[in-house]
Amino acid sequence: MNRIHLYGLSLALALCGLTLFIYKAFYLHFPLSPDLTSSAWTIETSISFTARNEPVKVELFIPKNTARVAVMDENFISRGFGLTNETDETNRKAIWSIRKASGDHTLYYRATLRKLGSKKKLVTNKSPIIDAVPFEGPEHLAAKALIEEIRARSADTLSLCTELFKQLNRPRYEQHVALLLGKKSSPLKKSQLAVRVLAQADIPARIAHGVRLVDSARQASVMHWVEIYDQKSWLAFDTQTGLQLNEDEYVTWWRGDQGIYNVMGATRVQVKIALSENQEEAINTAIAESQATLPAIFQVSLFNLPLESQSVYRVLLLVPIGALLMVILRNLVGITTFGTFMPILVALAFRETGLLWGLTLFITVVSIGLLIRFYLEQLKLLLVPRLAAVLTIVILLMVTLSFITHKADIARGLSVALFPMVILTMTIERMSIVWEERGALYALKQGIGSLTVASLTYLVMSLDFLSYLIFVFPELLLVILALILVLGRYTGYRLLELTRFRAFAEGA
Amino acid sequence: MLALQRALSLQGVLGINKRNANFISRYNPRHLYPLVDDKLMTKSLAIEAGIAVPELYSTIRFPSQLKHFAAILGAHQDFVIKPAHGSGGEGIMVITSRSKDAFRLVDGRLLSEEQIKHHLLNILGGMYSLGGHPDSVIIEYRVIFDPIFEHVSYRGVPDIRIIVFLGVPVMSMIRLPTLASGGRANLHQGAIGCGIDTATGRTMTAVSKNSIVNEHPDTGAPVSGIKIPYWETLLQLASRSYQLTGLGYQGVDFVIDKAKGPLVLELNARPGLNIQLANKAGLLPRLELVEKNIAQLPDIQSRVAFAIKHFTSSQSV
Repeated sequence: MNRIHLYGLSLALALCGLTLFIYKAFYLHFPLSPDLTSSAWTIETSISFTARNEPVKVELFIPKNTARVAVMDENFISRGFGLTNETDETNRKAIWSIRKASGDHTLYYRATLRKLGSKKKLVTNKSPIIDAVPFEGPEHLAAKALIEEIRARSADTLSLCTELFKQLNRPRYEQHVALLLGKKSSPLKKSQLAVRVLAQADIPARIAHGVRLVDSARQASVMHWVEIYDQKSWLAFDTQTGLQLNEDEYVTWWRGDQGIYNVMGATRVQVKIALSENQEEAINTAIAESQATLPAIFQVSLFNLPLESQSVYRVLLLVPIGALLMVILRNLVGITTFGTFMPILVALAFRETGLLWGLTLFITVVSIGLLIRFYLEQLKLLLVPRLAAVLTIVILLMVTLSFITHKADIARGLSVALFPMVILTMTIERMSIVWEERGALYALKQGIGSLTVASLTYLVMSLDFLSYLIFVFPELLLVILALILVLGRYTGYRLLELTRFRAFAEGA
Repeated sequence: MLALQRALSLQGVLGINKRNANFISRYNPRHLYPLVDDKLMTKSLAIEAGIAVPELYSTIRFPSQLKHFAAILGAHQDFVIKPAHGSGGEGIMVITSRSKDAFRLVDGRLLSEEQIKHHLLNILGGMYSLGGHPDSVIIEYRVIFDPIFEHVSYRGVPDIRIIVFLGVPVMSMIRLPTLASGGRANLHQGAIGCGIDTATGRTMTAVSKNSIVNEHPDTGAPVSGIKIPYWETLLQLASRSYQLTGLGYQGVDFVIDKAKGPLVLELNARPGLNIQLANKAGLLPRLELVEKNIAQLPDIQSRVAFAIKHFTSSQSV
């Protein structure tokens, strides 16, 4: 009965895990290996200013999720400023504010942009309201004349726009254009003018700002272009060339007449946008894409967590794999170690230090700790104070080691700080007790056994495809749980028992 | 490897996994563990039931009591110090004599009162208890073993382990201290385990670590063929300990004192498996036989008789 119950439960768990896994891998096309890459852009916007010892409010436009681009892993560095986000139909803003500030400040916004595969045109059924500032007086007449002129040479909205941009980009402006543009012309000014002219012609248009997502740049320049509403969707035109933009190459930052920032209470404002392309795991794109299409199921994806928690779980999810290994090594093989899960924790530390360094540091700390522990034995301390003393000494040893290796320019030596110090302390304590009770040989044997198991665990836990699989498909933990449960009823011999009871076989 | 595995299961050798899953976790309810894990509790339980145990001289529960150490010891010249929750014989100190401020240990070392007190503090602090919980110290009568074992033990006291399953003594051995074991009767510390034929109470071949031996390594005396005194009594006491604790699968440790006869030293809820090597026999067939017939074995008499009838060894001398 018990047995059926156990196997039933294990089977159910394993089936659950495997079904979810297969669904995600083969229907949602989550990549099964981490090798596949696609590109993403990390953008970093900094806004620096000099505050005048009065309330400061900084508004900065930031990119919005669209069907083409997903904005993920956002990060704000606010340095004491209060931060809110504001989103409306077209734009998104980060607003930093502080009661009082003085001196130079720099605030940062960082995010990862991922292009989504969508080639669909965004259909907007609601016809937009034209709200551009109308021309007056002579400008009104000039605009009217310009519109008549280009209308005569065009058949539809599209060709009309093309014609308009052609006019705006002539080496020598026609008289109407020259009047409207004024003396100094810039791409921004031309875009703004285009929007107003089109408004007068009853064509909804808006100005958009953004950066080109083609290459990395320390200081990317903000581009401006015009979007025209035609046949229920917005088309983007390059103001300079009059050609339709390949929107895949751009990310829209904000739309409208305002500048990228609006700062109150500070001067000397400067905005910098840095852009870098990085190849990353295709899984991220798969997630970003499926988030748009299948929101419900991906609420449980670990990729939805903040980046820091993600990296924590990348490690934590490996622990059950280590635990399974521990079950196998202890119950199937029969190896004994200092502390049941000590090897897992040491293996986790090895992940940060690397195996060779980890072993070196571990052996160094434990052997020096043991020497000191033997010395402490003579002082006849009580148990808990002695443990506390060993713990303190372990930490002192770690500090000293870090210091020495730092002086010697060995960067990895610093990672000794990642060792679980309580585990080190307990290892020293138990090893010294075993040493006294059963002799040095036995203590060393058990110590080496523990380290071997830890190294083995480390090697398994550092298999890239394993850590990738378990993070992308955490439901596989159910399968691991099922395995652990089944092994929990393994009543056969342990491998080492075969040698222990060898005498029986010889007699037979 | 597979052949080895088959050979073991053919002889019914019980492995740790099977012992834990099919016997300990099935027949030993967890709430009964404190009865045997706490040696003080075991002692008082045994005394209530009229089973002889080494006389308890004193207990120490708090470090502050150590101030009165001399008073606690009283006139006792020789005694044994034990952690109440110790396991595997760890933390046990046998004192054979003392002068004004020096204590002679069974292995010949001489310790000062200061050193003894430090050991006591370690026990109180939980150094030898499971999970490191604070513990108490037992100070008890030092057993003077029966002269029959004189030639087959080095310094310490040999003890007799009987595995009792549902009140039926299924397998027994005597553990003989050696030089390697430091005078302790613990197999993993190097003591010799010597199987005892349940029917006759005579020792059979012995095992040291994992190999078969015929003589005591230190004295050279043959270890087999010794008739254990009070054998029938031992079997009955072992059977009674099941009613005492309710633990279905347990190991009962006895010593045979020169003057007082058999004394129960301690009970063990997770007895080791080396006894199989000492007996050159697997436990599993015996345990299964008991499981099958337990309904017909209502009392101590019938259980002991069943053991004597069935668990006699073919290799008995």
